[in-house]
Amino acid sequence: MSEPGPDRAPGDSATSSRSRPSLLRRLRRDWWIYLFLLPTILGYGAYTVYPLVASWWFALLDWPGFAAVGTFTGLDNFARLMGDDLFWNAFGNSLIFLVCAVPLRVGIALILAILLNRRATPFKGFLRTLFFLPVVTTGAIIGVVFTLLLDAGGPISLAMVASGLLDSPANFVADTGTSLFAGVAVWVWKWLGITMIYWLAALQTIPDEVREAAMIDGAGPVREFWHVTLPLLIPFLVIITLIDTVGALNVFDLMYTMTGGGPSFSSEVIEIFIYRTAFGATVPQLGYASAAAVLFGLLTMGLAVAQAVGVRWARRATGAMT
Amino acid sequence: MTAPGSLDRAPETGTTRRPVGGGPQRHELARVRRARRWQAIRARPGNLLIFLGLLILAALWIYPFIWLISASLKTPGEVFGSGLGLIPETPMWENYSRAWTTVGFDKYFLNTIIITAGTVLLIVVRSALAGYVLGRYSFAGKKLLIIIFLITFFLPEGYTIIPVVQLTDQMGLLNTHLGVILGLGAGGQIASTLLYAGYFRGLPKELEECARLDGAGHFRIFFQVMLPLAWPITATVVILTFLFAWNNYLLPLVFTLSEPGLRTLAVGMTAFVGEYGTDWPGMAAAAMLSLVPVMIVFVALQSKFVDSIAGAVKQ
Repeated sequence: MSEPGPDRAPGDSATSSRSRPSLLRRLRRDWWIYLFLLPTILGYGAYTVYPLVASWWFALLDWPGFAAVGTFTGLDNFARLMGDDLFWNAFGNSLIFLVCAVPLRVGIALILAILLNRRATPFKGFLRTLFFLPVVTTGAIIGVVFTLLLDAGGPISLAMVASGLLDSPANFVADTGTSLFAGVAVWVWKWLGITMIYWLAALQTIPDEVREAAMIDGAGPVREFWHVTLPLLIPFLVIITLIDTVGALNVFDLMYTMTGGGPSFSSEVIEIFIYRTAFGATVPQLGYASAAAVLFGLLTMGLAVAQAVGVRWARRATGAMT
Repeated sequence: MTAPGSLDRAPETGTTRRPVGGGPQRHELARVRRARRWQAIRARPGNLLIFLGLLILAALWIYPFIWLISASLKTPGEVFGSGLGLIPETPMWENYSRAWTTVGFDKYFLNTIIITAGTVLLIVVRSALAGYVLGRYSFAGKKLLIIIFLITFFLPEGYTIIPVVQLTDQMGLLNTHLGVILGLGAGGQIASTLLYAGYFRGLPKELEECARLDGAGHFRIFFQVMLPLAWPITATVVILTFLFAWNNYLLPLVFTLSEPGLRTLAVGMTAFVGEYGTDWPGMAAAAMLSLVPVMIVFVALQSKFVDSIAGAVKQ
């Protein structure tokens, strides 16, 4: 019985060209590997793979609560969702949130990272820490605190009135026109620091010599950025946008504690819609909420696949350039 | 794999050689660096402008925290009545004791600690074991496992929550700490597994061969040789999952809808707003109480925090 030596390159040609022992013999030889994997396989199977599959089944049920038994209704839930204005409202809100918040977060964080990566900027470490502070704080608490900060009597409204930006005090959270965008602003505020760190890590993959060479060739900082730094950052841009997009779809804690989805559903995003139909209502509609979750999952996966394709494209494009 | 290197590989520290001995030389060096900083600012007015802009932005980032501290020490009327003033007339320390005892934050605090510790432990053990074999060995089913990981990498929490509650309910764990810990830690968190896999892949093959010659089995090799070697990754995973578990909201909220005694700090906050809607200072004090532990951990491990995230991204 031969021990499987650690192979550093998984699936390398050495293992595949050697004649492989039968599957059964490999399973018997590698029993301890599966023992090591057992906690992950059990946990992952039960808490990730099972929900992934079960949601599709649940979506086909009329199911009024965990204690009750669901009855099979086919595609009724999906048909109902298609005609449900509140679902489309939530779907639209999630998209608006995504389109407004992600570019802001990615863009501002890039500018910040560039400024905090400059040789001439003092107190870089201190400033980085400050911008990172909201990242480690609890989203639910930030949501609650900002309901106070954005209240008509709160400091933001007062400061805007005092500086003439606003005629009379306004409650940004309780106004149907501003509640969603208040959420966008607070979300960008909370998560900017972590995106800035991603960008700083990305910036440090660019060798100083490349930028210095451009400077010596007479490029100013702006030209140097557009023609040297930015093209090298494109693969990172795609992956950072993907991470932030998924983050934007998981905005439940902040939005729920800040606006509760209101007033009159003006800031209800999909996760709040799912929560409200499944857990928040007096009569839970678990099947209906599952159908919404399935559509939500499809949206996320679609975005993830689109961006994965984007990453490959960008890698190839930059690879061809250098 | 690149080891999570310090973010401050910035040119500034790269070019100035750091004296090993420390002592007076270090003071000298710090003074030179400080002088050079101000020189750089004075040299070009653009630099000054950028610096001022950054300071204003930084003020916007720190202000909510200062406002929160101030509100937690005010009287209810003062919170909205005192305009933009941040200094409370007389600090109301009793806001804190009220939040701590009467609203049940002492209990929420304990719940949060139990749930966070359990989740971190579960994720570290599970990820280290799986990461080790995924990073170093080939076995039947490995490709399938990796494909499943990739498909589920970005699965939103809202998608899985209903089946997770249903499963927990069927196992009879719905109103228990264990139920929350399993819900948070048993699935997902692929990043941790991949971090371990990447790290273990880079270790030399000879380590295991030597240990095996000495007669050690797979488990002894893992626990006595490999796991101790992987402590930088363990530190990273502990930090990231600590933040994740301490701050999580949706799952603890749903799991405690019928059992308020099991609430975590994050969930307790909203309950506070619901039941004591007008007690803003008490709520601010409760928010401070919930944030202080995270802040202490953050300040203590500050550079480690930032480096772990940067390192995880560079993978």
